[in-house]
Amino acid sequence: MAVVHERTLSVWENKIKPKVQVAGSGPPVVFLHGAYGLTWDPFLDELAKSFTVYAPEHPGTTWGDPDGIKPLDNLWDLVLYYDEIFDQLGLHNPAVVGHSFGGMVAAEIAASYPQRVSKLVLLCPIGLWRDDTPVKNWMVLPMDEVVKAAFHDPNGPLAQQMLTLPEEETAQHDMQIRLTWALACTGKFIWPIPDKGLKKRIHRIQSPTLLVWGKSDKLVPPVYAQEFANRIAGARIAMIDHAAHVPQLEQLGQVAPLVRDFLAS
Amino acid sequence: MKISMFHLMPYRDLPDDFEQRYHSVWVDPPWNELGNAEKVGQYYNWTLDELIYAAKSGIDGICVNEHHQNAYGFMPNPNLMGSVLARATNGMDVAVVQMGSTLPTTNPPTRVAEEYGMLDCISGGRLVAGMPLGTAMDATLCAGITPIEQRERYYEAHDLILKAWTAPDIFAWNGKYFQLPMVNVWPRPIQKPTPPVWVPGLGSLSTWEFAAQHNHCYCFLNYYGPVVGRGVMDGFWQFIAQRGIEPNPFRAGFLQLVAVAETDALAEKLYEQHIRYFYSKSLHIPAEFFFPPGHQDYRSLENSIRKGLLKSTFEQLEAIPNYKFKDFVDKQLVIAGSPATVRDMLRDAVKNLRVGNLMVLLHIGSMPHDLTLRNIDLFTREVMPHLSDTWDDKWENKWWPERLRAKRQVSLAAL
Repeated sequence: MAVVHERTLSVWENKIKPKVQVAGSGPPVVFLHGAYGLTWDPFLDELAKSFTVYAPEHPGTTWGDPDGIKPLDNLWDLVLYYDEIFDQLGLHNPAVVGHSFGGMVAAEIAASYPQRVSKLVLLCPIGLWRDDTPVKNWMVLPMDEVVKAAFHDPNGPLAQQMLTLPEEETAQHDMQIRLTWALACTGKFIWPIPDKGLKKRIHRIQSPTLLVWGKSDKLVPPVYAQEFANRIAGARIAMIDHAAHVPQLEQLGQVAPLVRDFLAS
Repeated sequence: MKISMFHLMPYRDLPDDFEQRYHSVWVDPPWNELGNAEKVGQYYNWTLDELIYAAKSGIDGICVNEHHQNAYGFMPNPNLMGSVLARATNGMDVAVVQMGSTLPTTNPPTRVAEEYGMLDCISGGRLVAGMPLGTAMDATLCAGITPIEQRERYYEAHDLILKAWTAPDIFAWNGKYFQLPMVNVWPRPIQKPTPPVWVPGLGSLSTWEFAAQHNHCYCFLNYYGPVVGRGVMDGFWQFIAQRGIEPNPFRAGFLQLVAVAETDALAEKLYEQHIRYFYSKSLHIPAEFFFPPGHQDYRSLENSIRKGLLKSTFEQLEAIPNYKFKDFVDKQLVIAGSPATVRDMLRDAVKNLRVGNLMVLLHIGSMPHDLTLRNIDLFTREVMPHLSDTWDDKWENKWWPERLRAKRQVSLAAL
């Protein structure tokens, strides 16, 4: 496992103090996590073998800084906030990898600042909407249903891990608070329908883009892969068998090299 | 003290297997399968008749509220009901208690200022202005308000409404959620500086602080009775003492389900099925709808998870479908029985909770119209007169329309 360093930044007139996990060496890659908060996982370990991975936490989701969500009112603020984060990390135009909610944020950054994103990898991003195939609102689904929709094998170890809470009471409470608040903070930018205008801006993306989607994704159904690809010039799609909304972990052996090769090319 | 009849206006004829067949009573019960507009027309009229009957029978106030997309209680605009009630009770010393327009979902909130202004004018200054935050179901799921913004939006709407009522001049409102170039509300209420404001809550510290800061009446509205309510209200009075605020019982309100019959045995026979209907069908709501992430602010979230409050609430809810009449009464979820039983239990409850503004739910779940009138009749004749002097010797109800503060004199000939 990579040695992960944790940095705390101070941005937005010092009102927000997000943590950033940093590991590896090589060209910079920013990883933007999904709605349940950041967990350093084997996929990031794999990336860190070839790149310097920077994984910032979305505002408010950092433990100890729950009010970090308050100074940002909307998606415009959030995109500007990430511009400041990139500046503080000294990243001029890193590659950006975003998962789910983080995928939407990554696409918004790349559409707002086409020169700031050298390459873009979107893992089952939200951000577009089809009336005939709605994105599931995970904020009002019980956890077992989220797991059924998000994993190809809901009974497998990965899925079960998500349903298992720590035994020790304080740790259990900490985790419940952390997960709930991460959903609350990310939900600020997507409630009640995660279509906040990306469709009007997405054509501005200039970076080479790779879309990775699990074929069994029932949270954000795979038809959205084509919706994204149709709007981003030259975007490539990789549909992954035996994977749903977390293909980078469900099929780590396939997805990690795919992403690495795309970023290295 | 002041006693008001609260009405939810529920769907009274849900199928017997409703809670097995349907996901929720709120947000997603399919109208096309369950709703019958002819029946609903009858319910609205019964509801109005029941409240007007209570007013004529001597009750101090009549309450309606706002909820959306549900069979639990569906007056999507409580002010439509309130305006009928205000008109029909002119000449009676009864308060029109709107509990009320949901602030964060009414856009612009000056709409609430206007409609409440209308009600106060129509009723001749008899309005109590309830200012609810709204349930998560209503605000976030039915109205699309972002959960983490619901409370902040509520605070802003509240400040705007009070300013709209009291500002001497036209003003511009440059808020975070609302921007209005020239606020100049017509009409303004008769009551000066404003009608009494009641804030419904479920025990969160944030709401206590808000009510205290503005000197509003705090109303604990829930369906679990004075035993559960005691924990919350003790906390509230402790909070009031710590702040050095006058512990006037009238700064608090409490809602209680009440069912009266001639005898205890008859009460069981008449009301059990309707009480069971209420707790198993009208309250058939999944936990995910109650608390979407962000609906609780961070401090309340921490508090409720660390103290196991959410867990214990839902464990308790899960046990209720198996309750018999005796369980409901023993646990005092419902105060039910003969007039003597009800007045003793209610007197103890009011004293223990230190509550000056009592709201009683006299229509419960599937109760038919006739039985509701009978409940109202027994309650107002046999129970209420024994309670109405409570607290009056020492305290003034500053949270009641000024012209109605004296003890209500009722001529029964009015019936």
